Amino acid sequence: MSQLQYFLALVAGGLCTAGLALSFATPLETGLLLKAFLAVGAFSLIRLWVPLGLWLDGAMAVLGAVAVLTALGVYVPAPAFFWMALISAWLFAWLFVERLSRALAPATRDNAGLGLLIPIVFGVTILVVWEVVTRGANVPQVILPPPSMIWARITSSVPTLLADFQQTFLKAVLIGYALGCGLGFVVAILIDRSPFFKSGLLPLGNFVSALPIVGVAPIMVMWFGFDWQSKAAVVVIMTFFPMLVNTVAGLNAASSIERDLMRTYAASYWQTLLKLRLPAAAPFIFNALKINSTLALIGAIVAEFFGTPIVGMGFRISTEVGRMNVDMVWAEIAVAAVAGSLFYGVITLIERGVTFWHPSVRGA
Amino acid sequence: MLLSVTTASSAAIEDKGPLPATVVSAADLSLTFATNDGPVHALSNVNLSIGKGEFVSFIGPSGCGKTTFLRTIADLEQPTSGTLLINGMTPRQAREKRAYGYVFQAPALYPWRTIEKNVALPLEIMGYSAAEQAERIKRTMDLVNLSGFEKKYPWQLSGGMQQRASIARALAFDADLLLMDEPFGALDEIVRDHLNSELLKLWARTQKTICFVTHSIPEAVYLSTKIVVMSPRPGRVTDVIESTLPAERPLDIRETPEFLAIAARVRDGLRAGHSYEEHA
Repeated sequence: MSQLQYFLALVAGGLCTAGLALSFATPLETGLLLKAFLAVGAFSLIRLWVPLGLWLDGAMAVLGAVAVLTALGVYVPAPAFFWMALISAWLFAWLFVERLSRALAPATRDNAGLGLLIPIVFGVTILVVWEVVTRGANVPQVILPPPSMIWARITSSVPTLLADFQQTFLKAVLIGYALGCGLGFVVAILIDRSPFFKSGLLPLGNFVSALPIVGVAPIMVMWFGFDWQSKAAVVVIMTFFPMLVNTVAGLNAASSIERDLMRTYAASYWQTLLKLRLPAAAPFIFNALKINSTLALIGAIVAEFFGTPIVGMGFRISTEVGRMNVDMVWAEIAVAAVAGSLFYGVITLIERGVTFWHPSVRGA
Repeated sequence: MLLSVTTASSAAIEDKGPLPATVVSAADLSLTFATNDGPVHALSNVNLSIGKGEFVSFIGPSGCGKTTFLRTIADLEQPTSGTLLINGMTPRQAREKRAYGYVFQAPALYPWRTIEKNVALPLEIMGYSAAEQAERIKRTMDLVNLSGFEKKYPWQLSGGMQQRASIARALAFDADLLLMDEPFGALDEIVRDHLNSELLKLWARTQKTICFVTHSIPEAVYLSTKIVVMSPRPGRVTDVIESTLPAERPLDIRETPEFLAIAARVRDGLRAGHSYEEHA
């Protein structure tokens, strides 16, 4: 065990021992599972003499999480040993992940399934701590609602969330994204083709990207109406410039020797573009596509704050905040986070397929 | 202050004897690059003619213009003055007629294409049919001993194999002139020896005219029928040596007195054109 692992194990076990001692002050029959966890945690200090497997730490973390969650509301207010149990459960989870990542490190690529376990444990830990802290310490819902409440909200308002998702993501984001990226790409090729466009369009693109979104969004509403078209227009403005700059840079990425080769074949401009410069630009173009996938979502949601029909993720957030329905705000945030991550993930997958040859992808 | 030794005048090199056909002929060819530190005379009054089927090496220290001369033949650089004809055409016409294949210092294989797709690249650009492409890929891959590696990507092969693939690519469209710019410069001695003898066999089989830039004396003597010795500042031709070695050249020919005599003459030519006190 490394020094960090040793330290984690010692603190987790020590906290359980101290918590177990404190818990004797309460009636024995209350919070049995919590006390059982504290007892087992204290017993885990036996690892100072007998080595314990990393899966045992994983089991300890799970037991701790379940024990703390079921003990919520048993004691009011929550006593010190309750918080000790929470911290040691968290430490066990940390220890488990630490040991697992050490064990997997030499062969992460062959262990995709186990490798996935680490972020999952990390995410679940955050959710459990969030749930226990907000409910155990009676944090006001307006400040931070517990995840269980957000989940309940999500499941009970599926039709609303779906309508918002359709309006904001499927219409404004995807259409604006496709138009903005496509326009940036085409203008980049025009700029590359002609010095006239280079001196005219590049500064113009620069200018457009400098426009503040909160200033542009109301104007787009004036121009294109309240519906998703004005939001798509904001997304076009936001995604256009990253695509333009990256594509212009990417088109210059081919080395001079690679271009000379094309020249020796007396290749035409379009042959050189299609067979050399665009493939060489692909890593740059995908960078822009990835940056834009998150920008587009932000742009569409923020744009809905400035006039919209009564549907859409941004509209919902702005109105529910006003009505103190913070759980609905969080539900929209959760949907946006999942949609944005999936969007980004899909583009990353396509990137891996297209630029498989690039050193950053093939891991050379 | 320049104290360069001028033992051989570059203008004094003339065609000797009737050659079957002249592939490259340069007359008073000069090329000056304008740089921030003033003009650089990369080529100065070069006169040279290369006959069909010859294997010509260009040797000299860096900055002597050997690569520039090759690039001028390929129409990758424009001469400042003088005339240069390739098969009786200007370099530009020759390039547009796809009169030569060029092998660069680096393999310059496109990493997103497999080896066979890289070899097919010039064929695609020149509009060969799919059947003809397949036939030519097979033939040239055999020629450079790369059969079996068609589906590999460049980064999966060793440096020597990559350079062989780039030679296959230059051969694929059957230009009569092959321009090679230090193709084996980055490879180790053993691989280089091997590729040199392979190249000689390939030259014998294909009867192409080859212009080969190198800075290795043994390589130049071993490969060439004609060795052009060049010197820098300004870049010029100081000696042209016709090799007397037989066409059949096993690797151990390099220990024969005849070989060593030619190597000595090349070395003398290099020394004569090069002054070591020029920055005094």
